[in-house]
Amino acid sequence: MSDNRKHIVVKVNGEDREADVEPRLLLVHLLRDVYGLTGTHIGCDTSNCGACTVHVDGESAKSCTMLAVQADGREVKTIEGMADGAALHPLQQAFWDQHGLQCGFCTPGMIMQAAWLLGRNATPTETQIREGISGNLCRCTGYVNIVKAIQQVAGTLPHAESAPVEAAATIVD
Amino acid sequence: MASETQAPKLQTTPEVGGMGHSVKRKEDPRFIRGAGTYIDDLVLPGMLWLDIVRSPYAHATINGIDSTAALKVPGVAAVITGADLEKAGLHWMPTLAGDKQMVLPTHTVMYQSQEVAAVVATSRYAAADGVAAVEVDYDPLPVIVDPFKALEPDAFVLRPDRAPDKQTNRIWHWESGDEAAADAGLAAAEHRIEEDIYIPRIHVASIETCGCIADWDAIRGQMTLHMTSQAPHAIRTVLALVSGLPEQNIRVITHDIGGGFGGKVPVYPGYVLAVVASLTTGKPVKWIEDRSENLQADSFARDYHIHAEMGATKAGKITSLKVTTIADHGYTDAAADPTKFPAGLFNVITGSYDFPNAFVEVDGVYTNKPPGGVAYRCSFRVTEAVHAIERMVDIMAHDLDIDPGKLRMDNFIQPEQMPYKTPTGWEYDSGDYPRALKLAMEMIGYDDLRKEQLEKRARGELMGIGISSFTEIVGAGPSHDFDILGLKMFDSCEIRVHPTGKVLARIGVQTQGQGHETTFAQIIAEELGFPVADVKIEYGDTDTAPYGLGTYASRSTPVAGAATAMAARKIREKARHIAAHLLEANADDLEWTNGKFSVKGSPEQSKTIQEIAFAAYTNHPQGMEAGLEAVNYYDPPNLTFPFGSYICVVDIDKGTGQVKIRRFVAVDDCGNIINPMIVDGQIHGGLTMGFAPALLESMTYDENGNNMAGTFMDYLLPTAVETPAWELGKTVTPSPHHPIGAKGVGESATVGAPPAINNAVVDALWHLGVRNIDIPLTPQKIWAILQEKGVTA
Repeated sequence: MSDNRKHIVVKVNGEDREADVEPRLLLVHLLRDVYGLTGTHIGCDTSNCGACTVHVDGESAKSCTMLAVQADGREVKTIEGMADGAALHPLQQAFWDQHGLQCGFCTPGMIMQAAWLLGRNATPTETQIREGISGNLCRCTGYVNIVKAIQQVAGTLPHAESAPVEAAATIVD
Repeated sequence: MASETQAPKLQTTPEVGGMGHSVKRKEDPRFIRGAGTYIDDLVLPGMLWLDIVRSPYAHATINGIDSTAALKVPGVAAVITGADLEKAGLHWMPTLAGDKQMVLPTHTVMYQSQEVAAVVATSRYAAADGVAAVEVDYDPLPVIVDPFKALEPDAFVLRPDRAPDKQTNRIWHWESGDEAAADAGLAAAEHRIEEDIYIPRIHVASIETCGCIADWDAIRGQMTLHMTSQAPHAIRTVLALVSGLPEQNIRVITHDIGGGFGGKVPVYPGYVLAVVASLTTGKPVKWIEDRSENLQADSFARDYHIHAEMGATKAGKITSLKVTTIADHGYTDAAADPTKFPAGLFNVITGSYDFPNAFVEVDGVYTNKPPGGVAYRCSFRVTEAVHAIERMVDIMAHDLDIDPGKLRMDNFIQPEQMPYKTPTGWEYDSGDYPRALKLAMEMIGYDDLRKEQLEKRARGELMGIGISSFTEIVGAGPSHDFDILGLKMFDSCEIRVHPTGKVLARIGVQTQGQGHETTFAQIIAEELGFPVADVKIEYGDTDTAPYGLGTYASRSTPVAGAATAMAARKIREKARHIAAHLLEANADDLEWTNGKFSVKGSPEQSKTIQEIAFAAYTNHPQGMEAGLEAVNYYDPPNLTFPFGSYICVVDIDKGTGQVKIRRFVAVDDCGNIINPMIVDGQIHGGLTMGFAPALLESMTYDENGNNMAGTFMDYLLPTAVETPAWELGKTVTPSPHHPIGAKGVGESATVGAPPAINNAVVDALWHLGVRNIDIPLTPQKIWAILQEKGVTA
């Protein structure tokens, strides 16, 4: 099998990285198993769940549905490339602020998809947000707070929802 | 939208962040950066990969397994078969329900996708190549997928390995309540209804699948098992009992878990195979199932065939309930129910209503389907019970031409009847059912909706309103009734206060996204005054965490949450004596407020909990043990009973049969709330996992036992597009026996939502003569009914 390995160079999160890979190696396995970038997850085998979403040359891509060799010479951005050192990406901050995650497994893919979506449309409607993340499955949150997190970054969060979470409403008597 | 009647009474400042504060989650910084550690993220030096050969047949004889070609695949180190395991007596394992399950078959496969052999190799890809190269010679056998056919006299016996007096496909029979009284109540009823209700097989489908790394260190005699488990301590004990390894040399570690929902409670053959492979090779062995394997072979939920009869007076006072149920468990009973309850807590089926008489019986049955059944985000079959009773109450209301809201109000157990003993033996601790339904009806504008419905019906439009007023039963459980494989269902917390006033607490439960690192810190903040930021919560490592039965059935807050409060109170009591020493006062003269002890009447004479913590290590009283630590094992006196009322409004497209949820109001009461933001998040998620089986999800099989929904292409999880906008409201009725008055909330919404949706859809079609439609309410199903009734767009 090693005889047909191919040498590739992929710019991952701004850094050129090389690898000798089997042509059948999936991009997600290149990122996770070869480069150790385990923030990109695998949740299905049919391209439905979106846990593996990354950016390839700025476009959203499900990295379980691309071969590593197809990324040769291209730029890949993963969740690990979103924060600027200690400073979180606004979407990372918003997911935290709005309780947009629970188990966290879908979160990296969801953030990458949301970033791509906001890159194309900075102020999407709620319907556009929901359609924009419809290729990413979340089993924990019911999507409510994921939508709010994206709205927070877009600046379209309804006023009542933009108060600090400390003021969240609850009845106690 | 949230409904609110009173501002919360907070005992701590936002900086401290005790009960009632929406503290942002402490676990999130690692997850939002992609820096969590899920099982497949872990790589150990020299690690091998395990992949599994699975059966294409639902029932077949294995004539032989040829590993020759597989062993020639580059990278393949070993192929493990049932024959190999049989030599060590490891081809069978116990299920949590006390049944037996094959690890690998020696002669016969019993369901499609059953594990047949394991391949161990140097990489993920090489292991998969090896699996493809294993040749298995099968002879297909007849298949039983229908549990009713399994019970016919001429049906073949699926499990001849059982005792001679158990050569039947009936696994067990279980009943609860007084059958004669229920029959008499039905016979005397002025109006009597009966209905068959099927709650289909579904799958939790957490986005992370299951997996493990077994790491055997032969020199130290140490087995470390990194795994996706909701109950790591129980796994350690079972592994010790089955393998004979000394329990102190077994360490089970659960890292971050990508969703559980009940699917990560059982022991699957893959875990055992990885352990065997590591013992055999002396190397760490990783097994990660893919999504298809997860959906096709892991434990399912539900699959209850319910026949219910209910009696009432013509004025709508319900009098009697009798329920007979066939539970399809697949080829082995691998449910994770407490020992005494083979049908879980299904006998909570009288729900929120004051039934004089009730009887329920369940028969577990074997079929050629994957084993189970576990929960799907619910407490031991309570969802099936709630679905049945809420459907029946609705059918009764429609039959008697009484508004379903009114019939519920007229039959609720009243708050002054609490604690209330049900005819099937439960004692509800608290509840105010009328208040929750009244709030839900106000929030949704119930009376106006009924008027609108009448107008629309006159125009031929299909609109329905459905109510579900559920009672949950969670927090298993009191040791006199609750154990799993003999392990009592207490839970635990150990708190260590460090000299600088920082806290490390370890709990016996496990988080799969619930936010324990935050909420358990809030309990300690509430009890001891340490800011949440200063409290670190650990769990999931059996070498360090105190023993506990894990997280499922909404038991974390009711059991381990109570243990945490009780351990904190032990610390507070010791702190009182240290403070008395420091203040040269009598301990009885001190009062506790805002994180400090002060002398009554002299508030300026006080010591903060941080000062006391430092003194515990630097200046403790003579005769007292140094340090500030405590542990509590909490055995709850009763279960807790969260409840709520949900109202759903649907519009049905006459042309397509599509059900559109226009509004859904959910009023929940989970007792005192630790973190409102997290509680709302739990309810959002729970509602969505209630919506899913109501409209989308169903695991079906053809007559040959072929799984018809084995990937996400066919097993449809809700996306952000279908999921309705949820409107939440709350009432608070604290649990009288829980130390902090909490009840648990993770699963209420999954339990309560499906019948609200189902009732709304039937309500929309009742005037056409439709009495019941089983979930999922797919467009195909509704369209066929509309065609049959002559309704066209």
